[in-house]
Amino acid sequence: MRTLLYALVSTMVVALSGPALAKDKLTVYTYESFTADWGPGPVVKKEFEAECGCDVEFVSVADGVALLNRVKLEGASTKADIVLGLDTNLTADAKASGLFAPHGAVSDVNVPGGWSDDTFVPFDYGYFAVVYDTEKLKSPPKSLKELVEGSANDKIVIQDPRTSTPGLGLLLWVKSVYGDKAPEAWAKLKAKVLTVTPGWSEAYGLFTKGEAPMVLSYTTSPAYHMVAENTQRYQAASFEEGEYLQIEVAGITTTGAKNPLAAKFIAFMTGPKFQDAIPETNWMFPAGKTDKPLNPAFDKLVKPTKTLLFSPEEVAANRKAWVDEWLAVMSK
Amino acid sequence: MAGGDEQIGRVVTPAQTMDSRVSAGIIALAAITLLIGGAFAGLLVEGAHDFSGAWGAFDPYLLRVVRFTLWQAILSTLLSVVPALFVARALSRHPRFFGRAFILQLFAVPLALPAIVAALGILALYGRAGYFAGLFSAVGGQDWPGIYGLSGILVAHVFFNLPLATRLFLEALQTIPADQWRLASQLGMAARPAFRLIEWPTLRAALPGVAGLVFMLCITSFTIVLTLGGGPAATTLEVGIYQALRFDFDPARAVALTLLQIGLTFIVVLALTRLGANVVGDTNLPVAPRRYLSVNGTETTLNAALIVLALLFVVGPMAATVLAGLGADLGRLAGEATVRQATLTSAVLAFLSALLSVMLSLALTMARRALALNRRAGPRTLLEHATDTGAGFVLVVPPIVIGAGWFLLLRHAGDVFAIAPVMVVTVNSVMAMPFALRAIRPAYDAASERHERLCAQLGISGWARLRLVDWPSLRRPLATAFAFAMALSLGDLGVIALFGSDSVQTLPYLLLARMGSYRTQDAAGLALLLGLVCLALVLAADWLGRHKVRNV
Repeated sequence: MRTLLYALVSTMVVALSGPALAKDKLTVYTYESFTADWGPGPVVKKEFEAECGCDVEFVSVADGVALLNRVKLEGASTKADIVLGLDTNLTADAKASGLFAPHGAVSDVNVPGGWSDDTFVPFDYGYFAVVYDTEKLKSPPKSLKELVEGSANDKIVIQDPRTSTPGLGLLLWVKSVYGDKAPEAWAKLKAKVLTVTPGWSEAYGLFTKGEAPMVLSYTTSPAYHMVAENTQRYQAASFEEGEYLQIEVAGITTTGAKNPLAAKFIAFMTGPKFQDAIPETNWMFPAGKTDKPLNPAFDKLVKPTKTLLFSPEEVAANRKAWVDEWLAVMSK
Repeated sequence: MAGGDEQIGRVVTPAQTMDSRVSAGIIALAAITLLIGGAFAGLLVEGAHDFSGAWGAFDPYLLRVVRFTLWQAILSTLLSVVPALFVARALSRHPRFFGRAFILQLFAVPLALPAIVAALGILALYGRAGYFAGLFSAVGGQDWPGIYGLSGILVAHVFFNLPLATRLFLEALQTIPADQWRLASQLGMAARPAFRLIEWPTLRAALPGVAGLVFMLCITSFTIVLTLGGGPAATTLEVGIYQALRFDFDPARAVALTLLQIGLTFIVVLALTRLGANVVGDTNLPVAPRRYLSVNGTETTLNAALIVLALLFVVGPMAATVLAGLGADLGRLAGEATVRQATLTSAVLAFLSALLSVMLSLALTMARRALALNRRAGPRTLLEHATDTGAGFVLVVPPIVIGAGWFLLLRHAGDVFAIAPVMVVTVNSVMAMPFALRAIRPAYDAASERHERLCAQLGISGWARLRLVDWPSLRRPLATAFAFAMALSLGDLGVIALFGSDSVQTLPYLLLARMGSYRTQDAAGLALLLGLVCLALVLAADWLGRHKVRNV
């Protein structure tokens, strides 16, 4: 009993004296699946803390959109030094908030189409894709056109662009392929849509339960099933028109501009110790140099013939109008 | 209690009952008003500079959304409440029905399941790839299209609300004094007149409250409507509120839509009160020791069939959830520190929310009764309305609105992460109040009808009255209220969307997180665990409620 008491008191003393010995600290705001046990967060924290001799504190909110809202609400007084996990659909909005500082110079970034942004730095990327169940669908669509015009019996589960990032991704994908004819395409696709879920999880859950043979997800989704479940059952369809790109980025806040660790973290982020963790924890492609070769499963994935991407400014300017257009067709 | 001798023999005077009961109710109301009002204030201060989004929300699309929201909510309410009346009656007429207690405990579980878990459970039966798909295809002569669309939404809502309504109606039926049953038995009353003269008046008194509650739960439905609705034609106002806060961050629009939602609910609830009736309870102390029921053979068969049908409907999706959960690596999950921590966090938060919720509800119930007794004639005061139906409206204020509003208020006041658990407990407790109120009120009012004069004559009030007079008759309904409040709090997630959830990693949170990163098997296992935790808590609450009080 006495030993227990002693242990308890000494723990408290150590805990209380903690701040006196405090190391420099870096606060990173990110999304939840990044910091989850199986996400990249734990590895990244350990590696960077070893390198900088500092403390890394992650603060996580639901997703990229919540992340931006959170920082905007806190304003200039935000505790975040780094905001990690926005995508290019959000960066125009993020820049307009004036809460982010230029990153200086970053080398070694490698994303499709190249990268030139003075504020945000990519840490991974992926392509949206129609993932299908090989046991249910023998001849998957070979193009977006085939998907749109195919038999109404082959159902697909998609996400709502009002509440979900992949949902918005499909909207932009269709828009970049069909342009002004997008409403007509949606009117045809509508017959094949089993249901429109609020988020990716619900859609993927329905898909793996066998409710529909197709789902909107990422080209990297099959890698998870191959690596973690050792099955080839779920595959991504390759579309002639190309696949729509999602690039995930991080930026230094105006608060972080005063913390020398922030710039160090950004440099670390594009380096191998961070990038090696990405493929099999975040299930996306690394955007910087890696030391380890990619798991062979990633070589088997669909390689887009063409990369589709609207600029952040185009998305910011048109998102509302395009979502309304989608809604008008889909809610008929 | 002042007065002494001279008060004996007098009926209750207002001065006596304007006692602690009304003050307790006022304190509870003030706390609720602060919680909701604070959130609205936070949102409005932030949104005040730009109301264009709020006005922009009122377009022709909104009209369609409102129409669908109301339509699905009204249908869901009808389909849940009407069968529940008969199931509750069947259960009340067979107090020794095989497994009755366990059926009632199972009936609390759906509330604790996150919407997506319930949706997947329902689809495992009635979906395109469900267990019944083959049968339905054979009967229909074509491939079963699944239940996507209005039918899916209705099935899911009935799954959630039929058990809830049944339990609440049963709670009301159990307030019928045993003497009435004895009399009915002595008069040789058959089932039909007994229903008309004894059961129906009681059910009717409970009807507006229960129907209103179910309606509120259905009008705010979000994940179910989107996932099973088949497309954005099936959209509720709640989706718009969620979108306004999470994606566009337009607090003014969120508040405008929330007010619209409250307004619509108000109209429907007002209409529902017309269905109700006030029953005059029995003012005598019950002398009959137990209930005298004579149920004939045909009725027994019918009742049994009804109970079994309802049970199958509710248990089906739950069984599918259990089966899916058994496929997970439960041993590994149980060994994970994160899972254990989340289980503990969930249980503690749910327990605290339920405790607070039951206390608030009891305070409101007592105040309402005291006010109603004082009034005698004339219209009801605003305060009485507020303690009655008013408090129920908190249910149509989406948790994300309260969470976001308080986040806005508190973000500069210190560490918002530390406040997250407090928010979860308070918001969940207030959200669970409408359930608790409906479980407690019939019993409290019935007990008060019997004991009010006696208490006044003997000068028993305050704590002494609560402990000696009210507690014995409230014990069971309080336990029911507690169980429901706990189940509801277990499944909730919405409050902390903006706060950041690092400090409140509950089981549903963990479940959705696993689902969100391909780990569907883990998620299924966690759903099973969540169901078991809920059942355990409900069993505990029931046991506490039934436990005999010796020292009274």
